[in-house]
Amino acid sequence: MDGSDAMKTPKKPGNARPFYARHSKDELKEALRKMWLIRRFEEQAEDSYVRGLTHGTMHLSIGQEASAVGICMDLKNADYITSTHRGHGHCIGKGAEVKYMFAEFFGKEEGYCRGRGGSMHIADPATGNLGANGIVGGGLPLATGAALAIQLRKGKDVAVCFFGDGANNEGAFHESLNMAGVWKLPVIYVCENNQYGMSVSTERSTAVKNVADRAAGYGMPGVIVDGNDIAAVNEAMEAALERARNGEGPSLIECKTYRTRGHSRSDRNRYRTKEEIEEWKGKDPIPAFEAELEKYGILTKDEVEGVRAAVEAELKDAFDFAQAGTNPLVADLTRDVYTTDGAAA
Amino acid sequence: MATDVILPKVDMDMATGTVSKWYVADGDTVKKGQPVFDIETDKAAMEIESPADGVIRIRETRTGVALPIGEILAVIFAAGEAQKMDAPKAAAAASAATPAAKAAPAPEDKVVTISSSTSSQIRATPLARRLARQNGLTLGQITGSGPRGRIVAADVTSHSQAKPAAASLPVAPSTPAPEGLVVKPFDGMRKTIAQRLTQSKQTVPHFYLEATCTIDTLLAIRERLNATLTKSGKGKLSINDFIIKAMGVALQQVPAANVSYVDGGAAQHVSSDVGVAVSVEGGLFTPVVRNVETKTLSQISAEVKDLAARARDRKLQPSEYAGGSAAVSNLGMYGVEKFTAIINPPQASILAVGAAVERFVPVNKQPVLKTQMTVTLSVDHRTVDGALGAQLLQAFKTLIEDPALMLV
Amino acid sequence: MTTRELSYSQAVQEALAIALENDPRVFLMGEDIGVYGGAFQVTGDLVARFGEDRVRDTPISELGGAGVAVGAALAGARPVYEFQFSDFATLAMEQIVNQAAKLRFMLGGKVSVPVVFRMPAGSGTGAAAQHSQSLEAWFGHVPGLKVVEPSTPEDAKGMLLAAIDDPDPVLVFEHKLLYKVKGHVPEGSYHTPLNKAAVRREGKNVTMVAAGIMVPKALAAAEVLAGEGIEAEVIDLRSIRPLDMDTIIASVKKTSRLICIHEGVKSYGIGAEISARISESEAFDCLDAPIMRLGGAEVPIPYSPILEKAAVPQEDDIVAGARKLLNGGL
Repeated sequence: MDGSDAMKTPKKPGNARPFYARHSKDELKEALRKMWLIRRFEEQAEDSYVRGLTHGTMHLSIGQEASAVGICMDLKNADYITSTHRGHGHCIGKGAEVKYMFAEFFGKEEGYCRGRGGSMHIADPATGNLGANGIVGGGLPLATGAALAIQLRKGKDVAVCFFGDGANNEGAFHESLNMAGVWKLPVIYVCENNQYGMSVSTERSTAVKNVADRAAGYGMPGVIVDGNDIAAVNEAMEAALERARNGEGPSLIECKTYRTRGHSRSDRNRYRTKEEIEEWKGKDPIPAFEAELEKYGILTKDEVEGVRAAVEAELKDAFDFAQAGTNPLVADLTRDVYTTDGAAA
Repeated sequence: MATDVILPKVDMDMATGTVSKWYVADGDTVKKGQPVFDIETDKAAMEIESPADGVIRIRETRTGVALPIGEILAVIFAAGEAQKMDAPKAAAAASAATPAAKAAPAPEDKVVTISSSTSSQIRATPLARRLARQNGLTLGQITGSGPRGRIVAADVTSHSQAKPAAASLPVAPSTPAPEGLVVKPFDGMRKTIAQRLTQSKQTVPHFYLEATCTIDTLLAIRERLNATLTKSGKGKLSINDFIIKAMGVALQQVPAANVSYVDGGAAQHVSSDVGVAVSVEGGLFTPVVRNVETKTLSQISAEVKDLAARARDRKLQPSEYAGGSAAVSNLGMYGVEKFTAIINPPQASILAVGAAVERFVPVNKQPVLKTQMTVTLSVDHRTVDGALGAQLLQAFKTLIEDPALMLV
Repeated sequence: MTTRELSYSQAVQEALAIALENDPRVFLMGEDIGVYGGAFQVTGDLVARFGEDRVRDTPISELGGAGVAVGAALAGARPVYEFQFSDFATLAMEQIVNQAAKLRFMLGGKVSVPVVFRMPAGSGTGAAAQHSQSLEAWFGHVPGLKVVEPSTPEDAKGMLLAAIDDPDPVLVFEHKLLYKVKGHVPEGSYHTPLNKAAVRREGKNVTMVAAGIMVPKALAAAEVLAGEGIEAEVIDLRSIRPLDMDTIIASVKKTSRLICIHEGVKSYGIGAEISARISESEAFDCLDAPIMRLGGAEVPIPYSPILEKAAVPQEDDIVAGARKLLNGGL
């Protein structure tokens, strides 16, 4: 492989999928890197948690990397995303640096939210990430509103709303999608359907078989993709982006996926079987992507190994950075409640 | 390389957990993902899986014991790897906070100030309280016109206008410590003494009556009685015991002086309840001996000794130093010949007793050596006037100079 | 600046027009605010002047609509969202309390939410329990929000302009019965501070702190009391959060008596907060009577006009209250 011209698409077998044709080697390598970064970050975050190093709880997205990266890889910083309580993957997908994420989980001033938000509110406005949200369905109106602001200023940017299958039954979902449909807003609703809210399956909670079935009720197209296949996810996103940027309005993409970990660390997994979990572990999106990259001759085994090693090194530095961070001062307790400090009560 | 198997945190609010069951034994070969033990928290049990392949050596075998998060329970060694492990530390502290040492109750906690307890029963608005404080007025002296007898600012202003002398006392200027001197802050008892006696001096119109008592007869009787008492192993009598008794009987003989001050009046006492000043370290108490007129000298003596001992141990109940119509304070043992004492309100009087002094006294124009002591009666002019006070003092003097008269 | 007489609702409309004119980021959202002109005719013909995009009718979706306003504010716009009745803000509590109030703080100060929620509030129109509430105290309880309650046309305009320019979320409570009240309103653009109370009438016998519709009622009561030799000082609170305690404390130090008057239910209300803060302040030692609160009765607003009036403090209640307080009746 000639790596000197990163923009040239490398030689591939004739039946390569459009995803691979549309992206350069560097972009695809970056996508793999991000998926590994998410995977290993989540595992390390989990490890910190079980060792009692992080406060509160954590909602891990292990197994859902293809949806986070596939959706975000073609977005710019000026495009917004809103995320869910299971938002670490989206945050990394949108371009966050893991050292500031670790710092946030350790409650340090160097964290993305200066230690005030934690895992459930992780955000990076500089890369257009308006935040994970602790309220199921909280981000739906926010993304819709961001899209309205874009439309009012006649921009070409988009807002992407990540939400889960649980949120699709909140009133906010219906109100937001309806307004987006009526006003043809440049918003893309991405449902990561991992089949369980907390413990209640979509079968038991949702009156339709697929979340995407509801899109028509709000005047927008709804597509279903294999959420563990990055190429499929990205292809659906490409179509939705074109619609949105051309002023044709919103879309809904339903990524069928699975979380192999519990809802949170406290989850005893009583609501599903080990067999089910094992089955989905067999559909891990990362080995599947690596296999395709090798099959289409885009990356060698060594290059893949290089990606993994670089991720390990980055994570170690990030962890050390975060551990050495600064604890907030009690004297700064009410900082940033208002924009003008001293606006007080 | 070896992989630790730790006790994981599984719930948000978890500080410790217990291992309820092991699925493998020490030395077993395990595979990654295989269940190795159950962790039990307040919420429920959860299966924990092996983090690696290898041979598991269990370090902490106890089940049902609270262990801290992160505790290394076992180590998984790769095949053929040397199995070196540290011994587990001594049992981790189980949950629950260390019991806090109970703080010894501070002496001042026991001193309940009489004045504060009375003023807390007085209803007054914050403004009224502040005005009274600023003008050195006692709320107890002011009648409230508000609901439930609440004193309002107008009541204080009209009161102070009616009694300009009392009301216009300036607030004591604040007194900072001189440079270089160590300041010992007042404890509860000193604060009370300072406040009550200042208030007494400022608000009670004191006048003073002095008398010299010849106590030779008293001393002789006391010596005789003490000889008998000592022989039968009983406690000796002090001069002060006679003085208290004499005061008690005198109050019965001059009942109009057996009073205490209340708002707008004088409360008539029936029995003689006499306070006795007791010096304690750092201060003073005046416990009250009740019904003095009914008690023998021995009974009074025993009671005073007991009250004094408990006063020194700060074990007096507030009821034991409240009330009474008069008090006795004796500084004779320090060689003080004469002094004037400050009344403990709302009592009407206090008798200050000086030392016994030998002096030559003219009897039929001849000098005769007599033992005398000077007593000074401080009297509250609101309830007891000069002539009445003099009568009380006269009655006392008669009794103390001829103690046999206390028997009739 | 010249002044002239406008009604309260005209003053609000003028503020909205000035904001729409001067700042392209400003836009309005609400139910029936476009061609209908708003349920209380506040937005009037603004849609004709500024277009349907910027004077935007929403579907009946208070939660979604309020959230869209918050999201738009996050993305750099300056939305002014109208709840048709303040009672409907309850449908949007999630977005107001969990999102708008907290996003800046949770994100470490890296975003702000410059949204304004304005709403007609209060009773007296026979709209009964679900359309007549005064819920300002609920929102006063939430750090991150600013809550104001202008009582005059002049303040309605100035405070709304200040609110729109404020980088933080502001809730503006407009009492329905004030909409037709006329008053002097300066021309042009001006800001009235969102954190200062105003002394409307000076007096030395009793301080009356009033909010919203209670301000004119308190002023009328003060006139009656003056005839009896009681000089009342009337303070228009104007802001519920933050509270201007300095003004209130200075007044209580002068008069030694305080009455808090608001339409919201007395329990857990604005008066309770002011009373507590006075207790904690230097003004405590100046009080010559307990603090009196006149607030809404413990009842949903009734339909019957007799009961509707009885459910909230009226001018007579204020007069009687002051008399009672001054004659040692509390």
